[in-house]
Amino acid sequence: MRGRRAPVALALPAVVGLLFLVLPLVGLLYRAPWSTLPERLTEPGILSALRLSLLTATIATLVCLVLGVPLAWLLARVSFPGRRIVRALVTVPLVLPPVVGGVALLLVFGRRGLIGEWLDSTFGITLPFTTAGVVLAEAFVAMPFLIIAVEGALRGADSRYEEAAATLGAGRWTTFTHVTLPLVAPGVAAGAVLCWARALGEFGATITFAGNLPGRTQTMPLAVYLALETDLEAAIVLSLLLLFVSVVILASLRDKWISTS
Amino acid sequence: MRARWTSIVLAAVTAASLTACGSSDKATIGGGAGGVSGPITVFAAASLTGSFTQIGKDFEAANPGTTVTFSFAGSSALATQINQGAPADVFASAAPANMKTVTDAGNADGTPQSFAKNQLVIAVPKGNPQNITTLAGLAQPRVKVALCAPQVPCGNAAQKALQAATVTVTPVTQEQDVKAALSKVTLGEVDAALVYRTDAKAAAADIDGIEFPESAGAINEYPIVVLENGPNTAGGQAFVAYVMSEPARKVLTDAGFQAP
Repeated sequence: MRGRRAPVALALPAVVGLLFLVLPLVGLLYRAPWSTLPERLTEPGILSALRLSLLTATIATLVCLVLGVPLAWLLARVSFPGRRIVRALVTVPLVLPPVVGGVALLLVFGRRGLIGEWLDSTFGITLPFTTAGVVLAEAFVAMPFLIIAVEGALRGADSRYEEAAATLGAGRWTTFTHVTLPLVAPGVAAGAVLCWARALGEFGATITFAGNLPGRTQTMPLAVYLALETDLEAAIVLSLLLLFVSVVILASLRDKWISTS
Repeated sequence: MRARWTSIVLAAVTAASLTACGSSDKATIGGGAGGVSGPITVFAAASLTGSFTQIGKDFEAANPGTTVTFSFAGSSALATQINQGAPADVFASAAPANMKTVTDAGNADGTPQSFAKNQLVIAVPKGNPQNITTLAGLAQPRVKVALCAPQVPCGNAAQKALQAATVTVTPVTQEQDVKAALSKVTLGEVDAALVYRTDAKAAAADIDGIEFPESAGAINEYPIVVLENGPNTAGGQAFVAYVMSEPARKVLTDAGFQAP
């Protein structure tokens, strides 16, 4: 397998595709102000934005796992009326421009929103302009990536293993945790990575719903956008830092999974 | 269309055959003696969306054969696009700083002219439920305030005004542009925001705009310039001249801008 040569009809578009994806990164590296990089990276606010980004993206991914895996299971394993419509509804955040998603979240969870008004008056909880609001916005935008990946894995998995477990006396919950989940673990992992990456890069819904306040809701993409207002080079530095950190984290996780499986 | 393409080809052929003369006149597309025609591309600050759309229509009516195409966005984004070679004929910026980025890069043809001024007002929900009448009212802890981020022009102006009034405001959010700050008031997420008078006027159905004296120290100037590498320089010059004229000024003042 390893020594096999790819046919030109595949290799050529593959290389063009790779260049297409990588060249913009080359552009960033080319324009980066390497000489002033150390000072720029130690500017106040950068680390707090990075920490906030990593924290919120990770929590958002956990939220998506807790809510999204069961939803994916439901879509893949249970037939109910209107399943096609539900499946289409799940992809709404993918289609919605994120800024519109942010406005929609405000209309529901905002201070005068459908649920937000009740949350505020009953519990004194307001989500906009808080770190929790950032997590909410990121989870809203990123969850479909997880659901689609997990649902695809579930539908590709052989359900006879689950039936066998059931005939051997395993309950539905035991079957799910001991048979189904291990079976689709790679799909869940891939979905979680996509979800995390999308949450990390989230901009529109976050700035619209959670606002932009350094230290509390200003994630890296928001910091990049604002840096772009005044200083292109600062924006490039911030973007490269975000890219570097996320690539390192994703690559190290990937190695871990591959070596253990 | 075909006639236009023919004229482009003819102009190109003519220009090529005249290179020996060393003439570097900018070719105007199908331009007759003194008249302008063809497409004119104008990059304008987002806060000009309403008034420039109107001015563009009026200009087209006054100059048959021209079509004005706008690209409205944040001034800094537009400045970046222009410096990266976007084919625009005119740049109208909401702040001198973004204009300077373009002139410093040598992409302006001539000196920018100021064509309008804008100043801040306090935007509050309709009826002013928190009864805010001065800048000091924004400093109360129970009042949630949205400001523009200091990096963008409206945030810069807000800082100046607050400093002039020696008021310290802790905003709940620093929005990326004035429209975003305004929409937080419209949606009721905040009790007040500092926005431009023009924005408050455009949203008068949902919000009240409260004037305050310290805004006089934080007036925002709007410069406009013809661009060096635009495809239709003559058209750009005509458009800039029109923006400086009386009919256009009336459109701008009706929208809440002040004359420069």
